[in-house]
Amino acid sequence: MSDMTLTLKSVCKSRGKLCVLDDVDLSLAPGERVALLGHNGAGKSTLIKCVLGLTSFAGGAIHIDGARPGSADARRNTAYLPEAVSFHPALTGREQLSLFAQLSGAGGDVPGLLDRVGLDDAMDRRIGAYSKGMRQRLGLAQVLLGRPKLALLDEPTSGLDPISRQDLYAIIDELAGQGTAVLIASHALTEVEARTDRIAILRKGVMVADDTLANLSDLAGLPIRLRVRARENPEALAAHLGGNRVNGAAVEMLCSPADKMQALRRIAAMGEAVVDLEMTPPRLEDLYRHYAKEALQ
Amino acid sequence: MTRFLAVTRAELLILRRNRWLLVATLIMVLFALALTFAGSAPTGTLGVDMLTVSVASMTTLSVYLAPLLALMIAFDAIAGDVDRGSLALLLSYPAGRGEILLGKFTAHLAALAFAMTVGFGTAGALAAWFGGAGSESLVALCRLILTSILLGAVFLALGYLLSACAGGSTAAAGMSAGLWLIFVVLYDLGLLGAVVMDQSGTFTRSVFPWVMVANPADAFRLWNIAATEGVAMASGMTGAAQALPVWAAPASLLIWPVLALLLARAAFRRVEP
Repeated sequence: MSDMTLTLKSVCKSRGKLCVLDDVDLSLAPGERVALLGHNGAGKSTLIKCVLGLTSFAGGAIHIDGARPGSADARRNTAYLPEAVSFHPALTGREQLSLFAQLSGAGGDVPGLLDRVGLDDAMDRRIGAYSKGMRQRLGLAQVLLGRPKLALLDEPTSGLDPISRQDLYAIIDELAGQGTAVLIASHALTEVEARTDRIAILRKGVMVADDTLANLSDLAGLPIRLRVRARENPEALAAHLGGNRVNGAAVEMLCSPADKMQALRRIAAMGEAVVDLEMTPPRLEDLYRHYAKEALQ
Repeated sequence: MTRFLAVTRAELLILRRNRWLLVATLIMVLFALALTFAGSAPTGTLGVDMLTVSVASMTTLSVYLAPLLALMIAFDAIAGDVDRGSLALLLSYPAGRGEILLGKFTAHLAALAFAMTVGFGTAGALAAWFGGAGSESLVALCRLILTSILLGAVFLALGYLLSACAGGSTAAAGMSAGLWLIFVVLYDLGLLGAVVMDQSGTFTRSVFPWVMVANPADAFRLWNIAATEGVAMASGMTGAAQALPVWAAPASLLIWPVLALLLARAAFRRVEP
């Protein structure tokens, strides 16, 4: 266990009667990228704040590279990007990052980091004039200060355009490459599925899944949704394919990943009768619903 | 050790850039000048120099203005960061909460000291130039500036306390206005009422001066008045000052900032961003 950068062992936290975190286990190895998924209010931010030592927790234990949350060692080794981060509007990007560099005690190449996140032109402008995406980039620049052992990113993609997102994931890969364990909290599966090593799903404070995406999908055996639009006779199409009719001319059917190709061949064989085909892989919601149900049983 | 200085540097940049420093200094200069020249009429009748009268007028001004200016910076110090969501980030750094608070306090006190020194200094210099000054009135001016900074320190720390308890900038601003009203206006009104009701009984003679000096704003007034005979004459407020030992007012004004800072530190520790 000691080679793990972050370990949480049966962590519990409640606010009044509400149980925000219930017996949560999680561990991150150095260089590992883990997505922490969950809807709003699932407990993602609370979990991160527990790890940062900003809020107390009732039961269990958290260790950051062997140190207690909130201790000087833990804070030195941890970088954090809050959700929808904001800074004092009167300071410039360079001044704000210099402040963080001095506070971290590690120093660092401030203009170089601002250049790295694409703020080289804006570093001497006031943060008040920054867009939401630029503030997010500035937040990301401070994560890179002082080679942290653990990076906690809360909704890092919010407010970023698609190209900035690509940059963000390149930076996350770079962090992981230098041995930083990265925990990315998000509520969108599609954003993180390709770029993380493991996915942990939190639902109402309970960790309902913790595995690779492929394993999670296989275990769940979630169906793929096929929506076929008929040219003129949806009744016949529905009867032939064995699906349900939805909004007029369309037929919807579900098939398991193993049967997908066979179903597609049957649809293709119908030739002119089919106008359009839409295929939806299982979404985060479906995964939640599956793992939530499993947890209840 | 130098981490709190990093916070101080950033806070000073903010005060300079959002023009707080400029505006506060201008307010101090204008009010001090206006009071000095409007209040210089009784110079001849009392037989004191113009600087002494000026210091007496500015003492009355500072009782109102020093707490107000201090609360105006302090109310946002913690609540503002909570509102912006940047407090959690700030606290995830190795700098402790005490260091952050100390850094902000150092910067805010320096800015306040600058505004006080420039404001009272300008008015004092002009009064001395036009109406003459003795060594005693110069000491009174220095005492006024130093005690004003102390009074400002008290209300900076009380402002942090409110800022930590309020949970939001707007609430903190409202609570600060209430605090100012209580300490500077209502407290004295209440005491005045009590004295009138008591009709020179035990309360007026033995309790009242102590209750009065417990308020930092009144302690500030008493210290400046009791120390200089001329100022006391010019302000017409000697009774209460004579009923107390000499150390009472300075002790109150020196204990308050420490006490308020400790309270603010304790309240800040309980803030969960």
